[in-house]
Amino acid sequence: MQYSIEADTLKKTFTGKHEVRALDGVSFGVAEGTVFGLLGPNGSGKTTAVRVLTTILRADSGTARVLGHDVERRANLVRSLIGLAGQYAAVDENLTGRENLEMVGRLNHLGRSQVTGRAKDLLEQFDLADAGDRILKTYSGGMRRRLDLAAALVARPTVLFLDEPTTGLDPQSRNDLWEVIESLVGGGTTVLLTTQYLEEADRLADTLVVLDHGRVIAEGTPEALKADLGATVLEVGLESLEEARRSAVLFDALGTHTPVVNGTVVEVTVDNGPESAMLGLRSLDQEGIIPSAFTLREPSLDDVFLALTGRRTENETPSTEDETAQKRRRGRRRRAGQAMPIATGELQ
Amino acid sequence: MTTTISAPTISGAPHSDNVMTRARWAMVDTWTITKRNILTYTRIPEALFFSTVQPIMFVLLFVYVFGGSIHTPGTTYVNYLMPGIFVQTVAFGSVQTSIGLAEDLQKGIIERFRALPMARSAVLTGRTTADLARNILTIIIVTVVGFIVGFRPTTGVLAYLAGILVILMFAYALSWGFAVIGLSAPNSEVAQVVSFPILFPLVFASSAFVPVSQMPGWLQGFATYQPVSVTISACRALMLGGPTAKWVVQSVLWAAVLLVVLVPLAVHRYRTRT
Repeated sequence: MQYSIEADTLKKTFTGKHEVRALDGVSFGVAEGTVFGLLGPNGSGKTTAVRVLTTILRADSGTARVLGHDVERRANLVRSLIGLAGQYAAVDENLTGRENLEMVGRLNHLGRSQVTGRAKDLLEQFDLADAGDRILKTYSGGMRRRLDLAAALVARPTVLFLDEPTTGLDPQSRNDLWEVIESLVGGGTTVLLTTQYLEEADRLADTLVVLDHGRVIAEGTPEALKADLGATVLEVGLESLEEARRSAVLFDALGTHTPVVNGTVVEVTVDNGPESAMLGLRSLDQEGIIPSAFTLREPSLDDVFLALTGRRTENETPSTEDETAQKRRRGRRRRAGQAMPIATGELQ
Repeated sequence: MTTTISAPTISGAPHSDNVMTRARWAMVDTWTITKRNILTYTRIPEALFFSTVQPIMFVLLFVYVFGGSIHTPGTTYVNYLMPGIFVQTVAFGSVQTSIGLAEDLQKGIIERFRALPMARSAVLTGRTTADLARNILTIIIVTVVGFIVGFRPTTGVLAYLAGILVILMFAYALSWGFAVIGLSAPNSEVAQVVSFPILFPLVFASSAFVPVSQMPGWLQGFATYQPVSVTISACRALMLGGPTAKWVVQSVLWAAVLLVVLVPLAVHRYRTRT
């Protein structure tokens, strides 16, 4: 198979106050023209992997190739073939949208007419034509992300890296951006995207790997991962710890995995949501237990983690990223938390 | 180019390892980054303030508030002061180099630059070149204000311009030092805080505002031969007359030494900063 992106046992350790193994032997391959998802919580090594693949950071060991070119030895060639957008590769907030795109075009060494032409086309394509001559400080979060993505596309890259492209966006802007990414893939671009949201990986990625502490802990299609996990999560709140324990025993027969008791809440992943819900309620009724809450929901990254590792994601604990990047991320996360009720609800 | 690319690309420049081609692109990229930085300065009110209003305030402060109590033999205080003000303003202005670079790192723009097929050096050369342009603007403003408050150089236009050149050379060398600070600081606030304790002794324990002969004996050696004073002395000699060659040679030497040490240091910091 022809791989557009290859990572072979990449290792990277950040030294400093705390030694952090950000990548601990990560390998994967991304087939040409497909979307590949790197799924994992904060500090799992996603961004470090992207930084190595985009020539920004040198790995301690291992090799990485983009379109067959080694990212270290042919760094400048690789840079001319890729586009990078995401939470760290920022746009310049003191320039206008057009100035940003034209600057990136010039730094990509495009010809003069191409520079202005591409900027104009991309502003239109990303619905920023009216805002093109406004300074970025006046842009909304969604507009900034669209411009960020546009900047990554200036030189028509064949391989695109998107580092958490929708983190911090409201649901509407996220949906818009997803549509843009989907249309890009239709055009034959190979995309590697990192995300914390199972929903996003499910919608966009053809294949994905789940990272945890710099290691690949699962890989496959989103469907396979979800099938493995169970398609739906049944979440039942109860009046007492004792009832929760009894309910967990009842639900054991329903689930694809052992039910998890979290205080007075019992969670179980099931294959057939409505049917399992009915069976579950019936068995509770027979035991005379009345639940205080009863929810069916899509599995989250947290559920994937629980199923794969037996523990929840640890978002703010031991970092696997360099400190400055993490600080930057924290600031954004705080803001993001308020705007993202849908997917962050499950991520503490 | 020997490698084949599996998909078409319109990325303009062929990726040649030819030294001349690379040097040409390095210059083009430097110019692109320089323009971006100059544009940024015009849009950040604080940066504009530092480059325009602050120097004017210093001229007025020293001429009208402190000037009366400082005795300068052989010339008026305004004439004595102005070369000092020139060097002081470019020295304070160079803090902008460290703040700007620290901000670019912090906000992630340098991450984008690093993933682009541009010359790596352009981030630093574009920054220091923009600062040079800003310093030229500052010096023009200070010159105008100086003439208004009574500055009267005595040597002629060419010597005056040579004096400006000496200052710009020093300012350019200093920019690289503050680039090192900006690349080492975790954020722009720290970059700013760290910069001033380095600048203050250089600027104030110098011949900028007070003749060195009026300072305590133990300070006079440092205050005479440190780079800020040497640059001021060269500038004073060129603008007001007096023994010139000695100071000009020393100031050129200082700028050269600073560049030889600071440029590789800044490049190293840029390379190793993750």
